[in-house]
Amino acid sequence: MSYSDKVIDHYNNPRNVGSMDKNSSEVGTGLVGAPECGDVMKLQIKVNPQNGIIEDAKFKTFGCGSAIASSSLATEWVKGKTVDEALAIKNTEIVKELSLPPVKIHCSVLAEDAIRAAIHDWKKKQETAKPVAVAAQ
Amino acid sequence: MSTDVKTIPQMEQIAPNGIKLPIYMDNHATTPMDPRVLEEMLPYFMEKFGNAASRNHSFGWAGEEGVETARERIAKLIGATPKEIIFTSGATESDNLAIKGVAEMYKEKGNHIITAVTEHKAVLDTCKRLEKYGYRVTYLPVQKDGLVDLEDLKRAMDDKTILVTIMFANNEIGVVQPVAEIGKLCHERGVIFHTDATQAVGKVPIDVNKMNIDLMSISAHKMYGPKGVGALYVRRKNPRVQISAIIDGGGHERGMRSGTLNVAGIVGLGKACAIATEEMAKEACHLAGLRNRLRDRIMSRLDECYINGSTEHRLPGNLNISFAYVEGESLLMGINDIAVSSGSACTSATLEPSYVLKALGAGDDLAHSSIRFGIGRFNTEAEIDYVADRVVETVSRLRELSPLYEMAKEGIDLKSVKWAAE
Repeated sequence: MSYSDKVIDHYNNPRNVGSMDKNSSEVGTGLVGAPECGDVMKLQIKVNPQNGIIEDAKFKTFGCGSAIASSSLATEWVKGKTVDEALAIKNTEIVKELSLPPVKIHCSVLAEDAIRAAIHDWKKKQETAKPVAVAAQ
Repeated sequence: MSTDVKTIPQMEQIAPNGIKLPIYMDNHATTPMDPRVLEEMLPYFMEKFGNAASRNHSFGWAGEEGVETARERIAKLIGATPKEIIFTSGATESDNLAIKGVAEMYKEKGNHIITAVTEHKAVLDTCKRLEKYGYRVTYLPVQKDGLVDLEDLKRAMDDKTILVTIMFANNEIGVVQPVAEIGKLCHERGVIFHTDATQAVGKVPIDVNKMNIDLMSISAHKMYGPKGVGALYVRRKNPRVQISAIIDGGGHERGMRSGTLNVAGIVGLGKACAIATEEMAKEACHLAGLRNRLRDRIMSRLDECYINGSTEHRLPGNLNISFAYVEGESLLMGINDIAVSSGSACTSATLEPSYVLKALGAGDDLAHSSIRFGIGRFNTEAEIDYVADRVVETVSRLRELSPLYEMAKEGIDLKSVKWAAE
């Protein structure tokens, strides 16, 4: 397997590695994949409650170099975007940016899934948080 | 004044401690040729180019002499007689010839073949093909340590069993099967015993008579010989084993394998066997020492590493470790100045993790995390230390990146998590 320079760069210098408090109402966490499939991605976003912009993103990935690169790139791309803009990111854009070969396309699909799962988790938190906020008023 | 100009030599990549990179530690895939083997082969390309089957001139005789010397050397290494050695293009062909050859020759006697799930594809796929032609094949499971259970084998044998084919040593986990016990069981029941000894010949002592082996596949390039040449041992007495040819033609090799002999390659295989006869015992100690040093230097510094396969019944140069929470291909990418293999799905053409590791029952996740180190004749202690350091450093880095490692450290049982698989 030969890797593109961009995959190697993300593998050697992964961006935004780490974890945020998954219990925070501003943080959405997506955990996708499965160990027996050889890929697990955890992607977290922190959304500014005032303007709905993703202020920070972190990831951790168990997987091949292309999986690490795809999730690293995903965190770079979602930062500074609104939640809706982030939802529009397509796996094909990741494939193009990283020049992934056909056998590695599933890595980009997983990264897209991770973004969606993180946003879904954040949205769910906002819905359940609202009634509490009303009750507190 | 001196005009001495220091020239900077064009160097290969050199590690800080002076070792050359990349390091080759994948000796189960293939081995570099021993220079002594090459030296022995060279005259057979230009001076002694004759066809070993040319009986009426000196060119042919020279070729034949090279071939017959090789036959004697191979026979000596495994306790056989020269007439029992049939030359082939390699172990895959030898496996095909042995299994298909017995299946056809003994089809009146029975149609049942027994093998094991951890065999090489050259054996498994040959058996699968025979199933299409009406043969019945039992694929024995292996125990956690990779060894076949002799009771399972006994139970699988019936009055239609014509062949048992169990490998001598596994190519991934280096596990050495109880070949002598299997041979004894087969002979007690009048069943032919074939063993694919590709990884074992020249590495561990083999005596085809003491071990009751009837057919044995041999490869040159796994034992510091050339690629494209191998042999099949075919027992001639107690009992006499007969096989049908799968390649028809000029009737070479007693009719069992037609085709002009690869004289230079055969000479190389012979020399490789002669070297092994002399040096195997000493080399095994050396390799086991290096292997244990690598194991200790890795496992003393990393938690949650698991050795795959028996540590007792194992080739001296083999180490196969699963590094929990780290995916094999990403680990290979991090140690790209070292040539090793992984059982990870991402490194296989089929995108399936190693069927050998799965057969041990360790779980797919550990198969994805496995690395095979194949230590060989030309590896040094300095290389072992370098490899250990690089592996420890890379696994540590990747674990910092691994959500599974983080979850495990938080005390989450990964088996209890409901994974949103693709």
